[in-house]
Amino acid sequence: MELLEEHPKVLAQFAMGDLAAFETLFRQFQAEVYGWIVRIVRNPSAAEDLTTETFWRIYTAHARFDPGRSFGAWSRRIATNVAIDYLKTAQSRERHIAGNLSPESAEDPRVDNPAIQRELRERIQLAFQQLPAKLRVVAALALLEQCPHGEIAETLNISTAAVKSRLFRAIAVLRKKLGNLDTSHA
Amino acid sequence: MHEEEQKKVADLVKQSLRPMKRELTRDLWPQMLLRLDESSRDRPWYAVLLSPAALSSVPWFDWALLAVLIIGICAFPRSIPVWLYHF
Repeated sequence: MELLEEHPKVLAQFAMGDLAAFETLFRQFQAEVYGWIVRIVRNPSAAEDLTTETFWRIYTAHARFDPGRSFGAWSRRIATNVAIDYLKTAQSRERHIAGNLSPESAEDPRVDNPAIQRELRERIQLAFQQLPAKLRVVAALALLEQCPHGEIAETLNISTAAVKSRLFRAIAVLRKKLGNLDTSHA
Repeated sequence: MHEEEQKKVADLVKQSLRPMKRELTRDLWPQMLLRLDESSRDRPWYAVLLSPAALSSVPWFDWALLAVLIIGICAFPRSIPVWLYHF
């Protein structure tokens, strides 16, 4: 990324709508954008489509891009919006999938704690997927991916206090959905 | 909700949902090209022709030539048939 920041010409050409400059940026940032989206939506194939959608929005919004600013931060913000839109529309479908058996609910050797039973995991996954999109994004990034609150706040364009508040609400909703689970299993 | 209880729920979620693999396994540029192609097919011809990308690809001397032509026509309207004959 730093390499590109040294080439403002590419960014200026992209802002003018140049396809070759867009390709350069795409190739440089596609992995980063994908990595960010997959952490939010937690579905690799959907994340690939959403990466393309993100860059499509980036391409159509090229005239609004300020070449003096960071392309990485701008693309991440657009990617987050795309991911939130996806979560909103896909929530009912995900509920159905999770109701049967989600890919994540299969036996996962990386879950070290044997006390976490399969049924319990599925309930937690389902509860997580049913979180409102805005809370789910924060919960996925802060809890699961261990992203710093400041980074999440910057990307979502909200304050760090708001991130903490959403995280608290997400956990409260999860607690409520999980009902009388014996959390001492953890 | 107590802080301790909140921590327990958070730990439970962390253990049940694993972090995702973040590596992109394939190049998405071909998929992007298809998306660009589809959208340009959906757009009317004048929108494609007048898009900033198309306009910025025209060399400056072509714009200069067009300007000379327009000024010439405005200054000498009777020359229009001559221009039409040549084009």
